[in-house]
Amino acid sequence: MNAPRTLFEKIWDAHVVADETIDTPAILYVDLHLVHEVTSPQAFSELRARGLKVRRPERTLATLDHSIPTLPPAANGERPYVTPEAKAQVTRLGANCHDFGIELHGWDSDQRGVVHVIGPELGATQPGMTIVCGDSHTSTHGAFGALAFGIGTTEVGHVLATQCLLQRRPKTLAIHVDGELPPGVGAKDLILHVIGEIGVNGGTGHVIEYCGSAIEALSMEARMTVCNMSIEAGARAGLIAPDATTFAWLKGRPRVPQGTAWDAAVAQWSALKTDAGAHYDREVRIDARKVKPTVTYGTHPGMAIALDAPVPAAHDALDQRALDYMHAVAGKPMQGTPVDVVFVGSCTNGRLPDLREAARVLRGRRVAKNVRMLVVPGSEAVRRAAEAEGLHEVFRSAGAEWRLPGCSMCIAMNGDMAKPGQLVVSTSNRNFEGRQGKGARTVLASPATAAASAVAGHVADPREYLKADVAEEQAA
Amino acid sequence: MNPVTQVRSRTAVLRDENIDTDRIIPARFLTTTTREGLGKVCFNDWRHQADGSDNPAFPLNAPGAQGCAILVAGRNFGCGSSREHAPWALLDYGIQAVLCSEIADIFRSNSLKNGLLAIVVGEAEHRWLLDHPGIELTVDVREQTIVRPGAGSVRFELEPFARHCLLEGVDQLGFLQQHGDAIAAYEQRMGKAA
Repeated sequence: MNAPRTLFEKIWDAHVVADETIDTPAILYVDLHLVHEVTSPQAFSELRARGLKVRRPERTLATLDHSIPTLPPAANGERPYVTPEAKAQVTRLGANCHDFGIELHGWDSDQRGVVHVIGPELGATQPGMTIVCGDSHTSTHGAFGALAFGIGTTEVGHVLATQCLLQRRPKTLAIHVDGELPPGVGAKDLILHVIGEIGVNGGTGHVIEYCGSAIEALSMEARMTVCNMSIEAGARAGLIAPDATTFAWLKGRPRVPQGTAWDAAVAQWSALKTDAGAHYDREVRIDARKVKPTVTYGTHPGMAIALDAPVPAAHDALDQRALDYMHAVAGKPMQGTPVDVVFVGSCTNGRLPDLREAARVLRGRRVAKNVRMLVVPGSEAVRRAAEAEGLHEVFRSAGAEWRLPGCSMCIAMNGDMAKPGQLVVSTSNRNFEGRQGKGARTVLASPATAAASAVAGHVADPREYLKADVAEEQAA
Repeated sequence: MNPVTQVRSRTAVLRDENIDTDRIIPARFLTTTTREGLGKVCFNDWRHQADGSDNPAFPLNAPGAQGCAILVAGRNFGCGSSREHAPWALLDYGIQAVLCSEIADIFRSNSLKNGLLAIVVGEAEHRWLLDHPGIELTVDVREQTIVRPGAGSVRFELEPFARHCLLEGVDQLGFLQQHGDAIAAYEQRMGKAA
């Protein structure tokens, strides 16, 4: 009988082309390579310089998301790029995809969107796969029981040319989340809470497997939110065993097997779970019942607390510097902090249920005076679905801007950014100094908290705005 | 990659912990399509004041830090975004080695592939280095040692393949291509052939 294996080990073992030795890393096969405009041009240049082809163009999928404008084109069709360089970068990706035979979801595609939103939407992301992209939030795809992680541009070149990577096997970390999340508390609160517990470097060198009853109860979109932020704890990948929720979500999507092939695939995917008695290098337990609406108060995602909890005292001068940058005061909660900008979107929280969550708070209400709110759908498909439900009208009536899909203010390289000193409540993934614009201050939060903060004009508890919904959940 | 056998320089120190790759190079400078010339925007928003002049509070702007090729940084350097523009920018700025008690995975991998020595040192050694900016060090890849004049040397761990590639200037893409037959055999075996 084979030794019990973790989910990670099963996927890893099935992708080893050559075993690792003391002297050399393993050669790991990549099933799906996602490409975007920012981290790929130098890799394509390398292939050109060496006269190489893309080994498996059909295992490569490209989109535009990072440096593209989210405002519509002018009457003459000209898109409002932030700089000529941004436009040139987008043009370059188009040329590279054309020359190397790669499918690109560009401006003319009704499936364009943030790379980590469209992979799953298209069914390109499937359980048991290895998936890489020149983007650290590739961990998102782990929600489907895929081993998915971010790579650098040199490695993008390796995968383009050989469909393989040189990798040392990482360690494993199990995060068990048991119990039920309280009403009004969601996946974003949970993952911020987890990172607050294990620290911004708590997962370094590890692949995280999220398990337990609270994880099993999450929707696919919520699982993506959780896995997305694995890298914010230093883990390159985070994954969740595929189950009936996963299969129901994927069924019928364009790139998944159809008919009897689908049944065979589900049978195979159903074996993708950690065996009883398998060993993890580390294990952490989290009680879901203790999670509250959670926000960040400092300058990395590990500085996270319940929004009504007092900001912890600084341990040292570096901590104090972070509090000073944020204008946070030890002993005072973040709740009540005045807000200038609210951003709902990104690969963390730019999917349809995220937009619904924000709209539930905003329906019949107004964004506070002096607060600017941007709502940016994660993809064209999300945009269409949201507009079909009238969510865009909810946002617009409330005074928020409804934009075209893209990374937008999460990475703030397309011109969507905050001004120095402004405080942004953001559903994105990073609150680093200057991440959302030079001198901008970021408070990470769930879509509900972001929307409540937009209405209140200060960091606000969404449960106050969802009383009817919360009461209903409690009754049920 | 050109071989890198050792780096000898005075050290410059950035005591901050969790220096992320957005701080090393802010995202708005990532619209480039080449690797070159990013040193001028390395640490851009930390290094410069609002009017574009040098920020006197940025440690690498101090006169003593000029020309230093070895950076000693606070714990968990290079966390966050996978952008390889971070090591490209550091190298172009003149940094050839980063010494730290903990370095984020993707940044370390990217750095070593570009000949930037991202070296993890022990906690005690790290504290000592943070407290002694400007000392002359030799980081020796072959011996896996950091040599301090008059204070002996300390050994560091380095993944054997990364060390081999640094010393010999091995082209990792070329190495992978040599395994083309094994890759094709894997694709056949697993039903993944084109």
